[in-house]
Amino acid sequence: MKNLPLTALLLSSALSATVGADTIKIASVSPLSGSQAGLGEMIKLGAQLAIEEASPWFKEKGITLAFSPQDDQASPDVGVATARRIVNDKEILGVIGHLNSGVAIPASEVYREYQLAMVSPANTNPQITERRYPNVNRICGRDDVQGPVGAEFAVNELGAKRIFVVHDKTTYGQGVAEAFRTRALALGAEVVGYDGTEELSNFSSLILRMRVMKPDVVYFGGIYDRGGVLLKQMRERGITATYIGPDAMDSSEFVKIAQDAVVGAYYTTVAGPADQFPAARSFAERFKTRFQKDAESYALYAYDCGNVFVAALKDWMEKNPGKTPTRADVAEAVRAVSIDGITGAIAFDDKGDRVRSDYYIVKFETASYPGKTVKAITQTIEPAP
Amino acid sequence: MDGALLEILPSIILEGLLVGSVYAMIALGYTMVYGVLGLINFAHSEVFMIGAVTGVEVFRYLSPHIENPFTLLVVAIVTAGFVSGATAVTIERLAYRPLRRRGYTNRLVPLITAIGISFFLQDLVRLIEGLWHGEFYMNYPSHAELEHTLVLPLDMTLQVKGLITIVVTLLMLAGLWFLVKRTRLGKAIRAVAQDATTASLMGVNPDSIIARTFFIGGFLGGVAGVLFGVLYTQVNPFCGFIPGIKAFTAAVLGGIGSIPGAMIGGVILGQLETLGGFYLPFFTNGAVGTEYKDVFGFVILVLLLLCRPQGIFGKAQKDKV
Amino acid sequence: MNRASVQSFLYPLLTLASVGLLWIFPDTTILLVPVLGILFAGTLIRLHRWSRWSSMAFVLLIGIPVAGLENSFLFELFIQIGIYAALALGLNIVVGMAGLLDLGYAAFFAIGAYTWAIFGSPQANQFIEGGHFPLPGWPYFYLFMALAVITAALVGVLIGLPALRLRGDYLAIVTLGLGEVVRVLANNLDHPVNITNGPKGISPVERPPVDWILAITDRLGLTLQTNHAVALFFYGLVLVVMLAIVLINRRLDRSRFGRAWVAIREDEIAARSMGIPLLRTKVLAFATGAAFSGVMGAIFSAKQLFVSPESFTLLQSITILAMVILGGMGSIQGALLGAAAVTLLNIEVLKSLSEGLNHLRQTGFVLDLGFIKYNFANLSSQLEPAKYERMIFGLIMVLMMIFRPAGLIPETRHKLELEARRKGKAS
Repeated sequence: MKNLPLTALLLSSALSATVGADTIKIASVSPLSGSQAGLGEMIKLGAQLAIEEASPWFKEKGITLAFSPQDDQASPDVGVATARRIVNDKEILGVIGHLNSGVAIPASEVYREYQLAMVSPANTNPQITERRYPNVNRICGRDDVQGPVGAEFAVNELGAKRIFVVHDKTTYGQGVAEAFRTRALALGAEVVGYDGTEELSNFSSLILRMRVMKPDVVYFGGIYDRGGVLLKQMRERGITATYIGPDAMDSSEFVKIAQDAVVGAYYTTVAGPADQFPAARSFAERFKTRFQKDAESYALYAYDCGNVFVAALKDWMEKNPGKTPTRADVAEAVRAVSIDGITGAIAFDDKGDRVRSDYYIVKFETASYPGKTVKAITQTIEPAP
Repeated sequence: MDGALLEILPSIILEGLLVGSVYAMIALGYTMVYGVLGLINFAHSEVFMIGAVTGVEVFRYLSPHIENPFTLLVVAIVTAGFVSGATAVTIERLAYRPLRRRGYTNRLVPLITAIGISFFLQDLVRLIEGLWHGEFYMNYPSHAELEHTLVLPLDMTLQVKGLITIVVTLLMLAGLWFLVKRTRLGKAIRAVAQDATTASLMGVNPDSIIARTFFIGGFLGGVAGVLFGVLYTQVNPFCGFIPGIKAFTAAVLGGIGSIPGAMIGGVILGQLETLGGFYLPFFTNGAVGTEYKDVFGFVILVLLLLCRPQGIFGKAQKDKV
Repeated sequence: MNRASVQSFLYPLLTLASVGLLWIFPDTTILLVPVLGILFAGTLIRLHRWSRWSSMAFVLLIGIPVAGLENSFLFELFIQIGIYAALALGLNIVVGMAGLLDLGYAAFFAIGAYTWAIFGSPQANQFIEGGHFPLPGWPYFYLFMALAVITAALVGVLIGLPALRLRGDYLAIVTLGLGEVVRVLANNLDHPVNITNGPKGISPVERPPVDWILAITDRLGLTLQTNHAVALFFYGLVLVVMLAIVLINRRLDRSRFGRAWVAIREDEIAARSMGIPLLRTKVLAFATGAAFSGVMGAIFSAKQLFVSPESFTLLQSITILAMVILGGMGSIQGALLGAAAVTLLNIEVLKSLSEGLNHLRQTGFVLDLGFIKYNFANLSSQLEPAKYERMIFGLIMVLMMIFRPAGLIPETRHKLELEARRKGKAS
């Protein structure tokens, strides 16, 4: 009787290891629980669709291409522990993730030890690729370009003179807010407030300071769960300054939280809305049929990440028929990939950044998701120093 | 600039009063339980959270049936009060009473139990909400009537929901004051607080009085939860922790065990926090900013406990052998 | 043959069997559980000395390392268990022996971690000019391990001096507050002077060199990959530090201080009237506990290569507290057992269950028991055991307090007391 729990555990771990010998797994790692689960779920589903669509090709070659979704809970600690579990599963040859740069930076140190390729759909922090690890790549843009894109739009197009910058004290939020501030100052705008806060609900002290400083633009570096609440409370307390945020506002949850206050808010994004890409429309339809959900934000990028791995694996296997690649082989093949993704042409430079990436400025004209693209910019802006 | 900083002072004090009212109502729950049991009911922050979550559910399910947002709010407040009160009583029944029956000597035992309950409840609510709605971050819906802005003198603005918060807080306090000072139940509560054994000899059933005290404290916590949610929009299973700690600080500030003390402690803490969050960045030139807002409460608590552990309204106690 | 001899004979065989199983199926990480379980049982049952020590040495020096080279996650697990065991032992002194409920214990872990992380990475260049940093792993890492002990103990004294004047339940809240203050400081000291790099955390942190391990294994004719050597190194380091902490704990437990701590826990006023200086003795407990946490913090930062404020939250403090309570307050074996059980539960068992469920969900497994038919594809994705650690720790704490407040392995003193009471009743 005493052995019953143990037997159950053995059974469950055996279950998770029942996949056959000729199996290649691609893992996705993103927060599937917690306040950012909305974004994390999209990464998982986008990647899953890409893997599922490609698996018939591999089946013909006698290989099972499997998908292994993992949860990093948006926490660096859990992220590293999950990374250790992933590198230990010898069938996993590629990782799609993470959502948060603060998680991706320490986790990718683990992947590097094992030459496991990682392609990120969402980590925009410059440090991800500045370390020049051969196995780390990203499909999305960089904070030190995204922040300046927002700043140039605010100053040049909206004519902002007094800007109040708030961030949420995360690697991502603070990074993009700093880049925004630097560029805004360089363009001659005045930054009348620069504040970080871990607050989730009561932003009244910040908003009172906005009342005194009278900004014409408020930039929030952070994720929609706080950004939405801040925006709603700003409008309730009569702050009419234009709200701009980075790509983590790109979620229907943002609209749900801020409700009517969302009208007139902008965000910069690297994940272009479906109306910008012709191929994206058919993807959106297939996504909807498969998961009964609308594809949002990072789903497109995660789908492309999945296809990068599929293309890399196909390339390698065509060159080396009858063999299965090692992790190092996959990492090398990924770096050499050149495909037409649904987010445009994908090829990586020697750092692992995309050779060409696009940025979009999206505006919520009504209180509904998605917003309307008002401007598309191909990477012409230099990274901030 | 200095002129602008002064001009906005009344508005800051008003914001401080709003958040302070919420703290005060939670603080009453800590203070009352401490009064009768000498126990810091660590799980009270979760009683507050459950109130806030119940409020969201009421709004979610009754919005289609009740048009008037004021009626809706009253229903939410009352429901949340009863649910939170019942939760508090259940906690007392399942966790504290068995300990009391056994006659623990170690003070750590009930405290660790309370912390355990607190963590358990956070995930329990998360599980329930997760299974029910597939997500556990919830938002109070907007209602134009509740968010109508009233323009007050001195450049102050107050939304209707803020006004409701202040009015409800005052009503609850008046009710509590009456209950404790003017009714038989109040007399019994005071008797148990003074000496449970003697009170039981006088025909008071301490267990039933303790349960009722938990109910009253829980009720106030639930009401505070709804008001907090309506004021600040977002609630989640973990949203009780910070307000709970602050309310506890407020209770200690006012002198734990004292009802007016909890009230005044809450308002003072709300003021200190809002004023600090506003002025510190200006005075330190951005070196120390809003990010330290949550720390103020702790620092004040530590300083206070060192200088005047009995609080502003408390009486000094000596350890007795 | 008496019972002890029989057990002494059987115990090594059992050990061998469990390790053998792990060697045959090294990828089945869960097989670490029986190995550690048998290891623990060895400290509790009566055995001849040779049997106990040889079996333990075999498991720790040969059994786990050999399996670990095959499955590096075993190393990771054991290192985590070792780190948490040291933390639990430290907190055990404060909470278990001295009866002071400290809810901000993770703060000392943070201080140890940041002590090495700041100077063992380019971070220190931000506020010390000259570009001397990062300091090389040899010999500075070992130096900073000692420094982390001193810093954490000093902060322990600093926090303890005011906080320990307070009575039990106030102390709990104040330590909780101060623990948060340390985390918030770590999160915000990136301006005006950048000391901790704020929420971005510090990376990469230098590790001590492991060339010597590679040199030794080469000599032995083994070729080891660098990442295996690193894992092996941290395994050994954690093992050594943990054993040292266990030894110190045992000495302290029986020393004048240990007895004074227990006296304060049982009755403060009586202890004071027996001439025990209350504040000094309490502060000493606080500082000792902090020191253990500090040294593991330094190791943690080097192992993780990365330190950020998120690793030092209240949940972390509560996790360590749950370990101490589960094992038995005041009991050294209890703290070890608690740390091993909770860590395994947290990073292996719950994760495996989640993965198992996920697998069932993805493949649309249908459970058909005749009377119940359930398709796992319908299972909500919210139902993931790995996400409910708070619920589990909460339950552990409440249930232990109500049904077994002395823990799974009660402290020896407590056990003697209980036995004496039973005998008293019988007579």
